[in-house]
Amino acid sequence: MNPLLRLQGISKGFPGVQALSRMDFALDTGQIHALTGENGAGKSTLMKILSGVYRPDEGSILIDGKEQHFDGYRDASAAGIATIFQEFSLIPDLDAAENIFLGRELTRGGLLQRSAMRRRAAALFERLGYPVPLNRPVGRLSVAQQQFVEIAKALSIEARILVLDEPTATLTPDETRHLFKVMRELRQTGVAMVFISHHMEEIFEIADTITVLRDGRKIGTVATTAIDMPSLVEMMVGRSLESSFPPLKPPAPDAALVLDVQAIQLERQAPVNRLQVRAGEILGFAGVVGSGRSELALGLIGELPTTRKDVRFDGRAVRLTDPADALIQGIGMLPENRKADGLVLGASVRDNVSLNNLDKYRRWRWLIDGSKELAATLSSLTQARIKTSSPYTAVGTLSGGNQQKVVIARWLQHRCRLLIFDEPTRGIDVGAKAEIYQLIRQLAEAGNAVILISSELPEIVGLSHRVAVFDHGAITATLEGAAIHPNQIMLHATGAHHAVS
Amino acid sequence: MPSPELAVAQAPSRPTRPRRHLPVLAYPLIGMLLVCVVMSFANADFLSVANLLNIVRQVSINGVIAVGMTYVILSGGIDLSVGSILALSGTLTAGLLLAGMSPVLAVAAGLASGVAVGVLNGVLVAYMGMPSIIVTLATMGIARGLALLYTGGYPIDGLPDGFGLLGRGKLLGVPYPVWLMLVVFALAWVLLARTPFGRYVHAIGGNEDATRLSGVRVKRNKLMVYAISGLTAAIAGLVLASRLMSGQPSAGVSFELDAIAAVVIGGTPITGGRGSVIGTLIGALTLGVLNNGLNMMGISPYLQIVIRGVIILFAIYVGRERIRRG
Repeated sequence: MNPLLRLQGISKGFPGVQALSRMDFALDTGQIHALTGENGAGKSTLMKILSGVYRPDEGSILIDGKEQHFDGYRDASAAGIATIFQEFSLIPDLDAAENIFLGRELTRGGLLQRSAMRRRAAALFERLGYPVPLNRPVGRLSVAQQQFVEIAKALSIEARILVLDEPTATLTPDETRHLFKVMRELRQTGVAMVFISHHMEEIFEIADTITVLRDGRKIGTVATTAIDMPSLVEMMVGRSLESSFPPLKPPAPDAALVLDVQAIQLERQAPVNRLQVRAGEILGFAGVVGSGRSELALGLIGELPTTRKDVRFDGRAVRLTDPADALIQGIGMLPENRKADGLVLGASVRDNVSLNNLDKYRRWRWLIDGSKELAATLSSLTQARIKTSSPYTAVGTLSGGNQQKVVIARWLQHRCRLLIFDEPTRGIDVGAKAEIYQLIRQLAEAGNAVILISSELPEIVGLSHRVAVFDHGAITATLEGAAIHPNQIMLHATGAHHAVS
Repeated sequence: MPSPELAVAQAPSRPTRPRRHLPVLAYPLIGMLLVCVVMSFANADFLSVANLLNIVRQVSINGVIAVGMTYVILSGGIDLSVGSILALSGTLTAGLLLAGMSPVLAVAAGLASGVAVGVLNGVLVAYMGMPSIIVTLATMGIARGLALLYTGGYPIDGLPDGFGLLGRGKLLGVPYPVWLMLVVFALAWVLLARTPFGRYVHAIGGNEDATRLSGVRVKRNKLMVYAISGLTAAIAGLVLASRLMSGQPSAGVSFELDAIAAVVIGGTPITGGRGSVIGTLIGALTLGVLNNGLNMMGISPYLQIVIRGVIILFAIYVGRERIRRG
């Protein structure tokens, strides 16, 4: 019997990179098939081929045994493949129903049948078991709600194959649970799903079958029941990972205070009265998404307005009203959203790494010393282990992990005394994650102060000397030593400690 | 941290600088050569030295304005006020000369008026966060109105003979305005390609938020960009006033469109982020060759406008961004 979808010998190359080499893949009706691998392994390319965005250089796509030729997303969706990209393709100013029926509006006599479309949209959401307000532009819905709009859209075209690209990356645990419930129900009705993910726990929770890619090749396809997590990780990285979190070296007992916040107050947040980080210390900021962690950090470096700010840095009172002030003091921040806020995607790796370092490579006072710049850039590339064919490659063509390392390299060159990492490993594969952890530890061991904002508890627990837990814009607890435990953190991050005490 | 020398030795292979300027500039260059070939076949006199000099002299005004426009467009903005600034600086300098002010001071005042409007644009765009297209649309009206108010609507003639040198003089057989344009382009190229400021202009156009969060003073640099655009428009205003020996309050109407066209034909996308002044020079020359050749061929000026529009569309079509994401 033919599988629902079969890829045979798919290859795709880009200038300088062979993104996929003779890849085979099969998907059966009612199957959740996880596609995993490190960043740059070829997952995104495969997904774009499935969704008709790219055309394969060679190989064939068969649905029900019939060969398909996709020229654009429309062809793929006509063939029953709907893709939910990480960056949603919704129109923010239109409501859910208008988005779902975009381009396929129900009309009578040339006029839109708004109520009919709303009824159908409501029915779709009912089927998904997830209420999404229909009277509001989707731009004002939560990320999870927007994702369900995308899924409803896929269902409305009666897609038989749903491709989900890192669908849980921006969801809270509750929302993820609900998504999985919906996915299981869809599986019951015969919908086949390709689930692209880095999250081991999620893959093992939801997937029936797992296909691992590495360097553009298929390493293997296994049933979820036939493999355990360490072996899967080994398949992904091609080597067995040691624990990502060896014991932390504590900061020296007499380590100086690097950051000493006496008071800071942002709009719509509770005042913070004491926040200190010492040399060699990693302070974790834990909490759910939207709990005010990033906002506090952005307020600190002067990106967000503060109504009150009393900050001492390296023992001196400092005024930080612009990220440039922070830079001068030696405070750097790696933003949460590296594509929107971290990188100039169209510019080269070199231009991105040296963006805020140009003052160091002067010649004749005004000019950039190109050879000095290149040497420093190459040294940073080596230090941060960035894989790129050349420092002149556009950053946007690198994999997510390498992009993040480019942002880190920029700050490494700057030798900041305090570095704030905001979700440094979001959407990054296991191997690159371990390397980023290693870089963070090295920074701390070299006597710098680090603030680590993360929604991944293992990361916070494994890397922090102390943890400040945020809830609704306030620090609800600061944990140290043995108290740094996932349960403790969740207790304080979800307001549950009130219920307990 | 390893020393830079050590790291270079460790790196797999020292990268050679790619020919990245080539593909960027290749299309505008090929386009210009193509237009030149067509024109030289259509008209025997096209390739004469006199005609070619004539073309570059005519191009010089738009070329100088387009330099500032390149900066603005690279940074992700647009400057519609340049034509009016040209009129303001030209009339102010002419008026002050007529009033007996020393030429140096009168020229300085003319340039300062352009910079002032540019700074106003910059403050409103960079510090007040207003969209550049609206801000410069407003200052386009304001600067034009000031020029009209100052002159009462009439050209200011009867300027001292010495002032004509700037627009009419020659060095080694090449008109001064051409030399001036080349100097402006050379300085602008160095500033854009070889200084931190130039890198910031590109980065701001590529991703303003990321540039600011990395610690670059984005507002200050954007202000500079608009000030530069005001300055180059004012320089062009002085050249034009000198060539006409007259300060014309109605000069430069729709020059902003020519400057934008030169930038875009030169390969800088209207969304900014990448591009070069060399491309802009090629773009300005292409427009000049086209004007000159079509005139020589006796083609109706109305039809010429249509042809120019088609060429601009074609340039954008060829240079449009290919979407590549890994």
